[in-house]
Amino acid sequence: MSSEKATAKPTSEYAVACRDLRHAFGGAVAVDGVDLAVAEGEIFGLLGPNGAGKTTTIRLITTLLPARPGMVEVFGLDAARHQMAVRRSIGYLPQQLSADAALTGRENVELFARLFDVPRSERRERVGEVLSAVGLENAAERRAQTYSGGMIRRLELAQALVSTPRLLILDEPTIGLDPVARDGVWERIQEVRRTTGMTVLVTTHHMDEADLHCNRIALMHRGRIRALGTPSELKSGLESGATLEEVFRAYTGDQLDEPADGFRDARRTRRTASRLG
Amino acid sequence: MAALCVVELQKIRHDRTELYTRAIQPALWLLIFGETFSRIQAIPTGQVPYLDYLAPGILAQSALFIAIFYGIQIIWERDAGVLVTPTPRTALVTGKAFAAGVRALAQAVAILVLSILLGVTLTLNPLRWLGVVVIVMLGTAFFACLSMTIAGLAMSRDRLMGIGQAITMPLFFGSNALYPVALMPDWLRVVSHVNPLSYEVDALRHLLIGIPGNLPLDFAVLVLATAAGIITASSVLGRLVR
Repeated sequence: MSSEKATAKPTSEYAVACRDLRHAFGGAVAVDGVDLAVAEGEIFGLLGPNGAGKTTTIRLITTLLPARPGMVEVFGLDAARHQMAVRRSIGYLPQQLSADAALTGRENVELFARLFDVPRSERRERVGEVLSAVGLENAAERRAQTYSGGMIRRLELAQALVSTPRLLILDEPTIGLDPVARDGVWERIQEVRRTTGMTVLVTTHHMDEADLHCNRIALMHRGRIRALGTPSELKSGLESGATLEEVFRAYTGDQLDEPADGFRDARRTRRTASRLG
Repeated sequence: MAALCVVELQKIRHDRTELYTRAIQPALWLLIFGETFSRIQAIPTGQVPYLDYLAPGILAQSALFIAIFYGIQIIWERDAGVLVTPTPRTALVTGKAFAAGVRALAQAVAILVLSILLGVTLTLNPLRWLGVVVIVMLGTAFFACLSMTIAGLAMSRDRLMGIGQAITMPLFFGSNALYPVALMPDWLRVVSHVNPLSYEVDALRHLLIGIPGNLPLDFAVLVLATAAGIITASSVLGRLVR
């Protein structure tokens, strides 16, 4: 603990700062010493194959999993000590379904507005704003079960945005979507960032998406960050159109073998995907 | 907290199918079990017709059935972003618990209408009806907390379903919903005395039918049980995301 303090730098200029972040589920180490600094206003991509530890890292940052003091700071606030303040500053788009199919689009966003204590006087306007920001103003009165996959993801984006967060955390925002819907989601993310300047931390396993949309990328594998830089830095020396696997091998020389938790992982991603049918 | 109750009302408004299908079982209890046992007069309920005696019991039972599987929602929502909001866990649990109560009340209307159609004489006193609302909300909230606690411990939908199935009938039969405590063997009496469902039924019977009961005790037991349930459920909720 004291040695961590000795190496601690002032982090106020960072939206997210992780120092020696670790987490294990029982004996299985999911995150194994991650150092990460996301600057305010950038789009930062966390890339890696299934089971790399991306989601666990995000859960530690969002306070869903308990981090030890000194491990995670969000806008200079320690996530272990200021849980509620950290949550208030974050909009989170989980990998799993977070919209309620039985409610209309507007009702879904209203629920999150209430849970984030958006004042009653601003609520209606704010909900309308984010719904049009994600292009759902015409579908707002329809129940979410009638939405397409891309629409559901955009609705969930609206839920994450309704509290006007300073940091938007997106866990696999385009999972299970076709290329057109993927572009649609990214267009909205880019537009929101342009207009608000909020920081975006995104996980994906699509190299092409990260290449196109992220300012900086961290490649994660087996709980550790193996490479970090701008997309062009990471790809320099590689052929254009390099896949994530190729980039990985180039940087780590590591085999991308199947993680031990494959079944659980498959079930989770399939469940997410099946809701789109 | 209120937000989650509002959501429940919105859901009921959008889709009433569940309301109808869930009304079938209590209807069968009243129509078949109730009518048959009225006829053979197997259960001594004094001056009160057996169907009148049974109706509040079935009301409490249907609320129990709604509540006991409510934890499934929490399992579905474990990573749904709700837990990352600055709303404290206790407020989320309380909201969910009383949202279950809202759903149970919608169900209660159906059961009470059916009871009236079957000739059960219910109270006309509006204050007593208000009491019924409070008791149904509290009783359902407690069992919803129990369900959420089980969800937090069982961690999976299938296991929660199994445990839920396993405990609903013992809770139901181990209460005064179908028969007076006086008829029970001693060991079952003990079960009935620690079973919050018995206190819920006792209060409902007193309020709806006018059978003498111990309303302050019933109310106190349900309030304390619900408070304990909220605290327990909130403390295990965090386990779900791990």
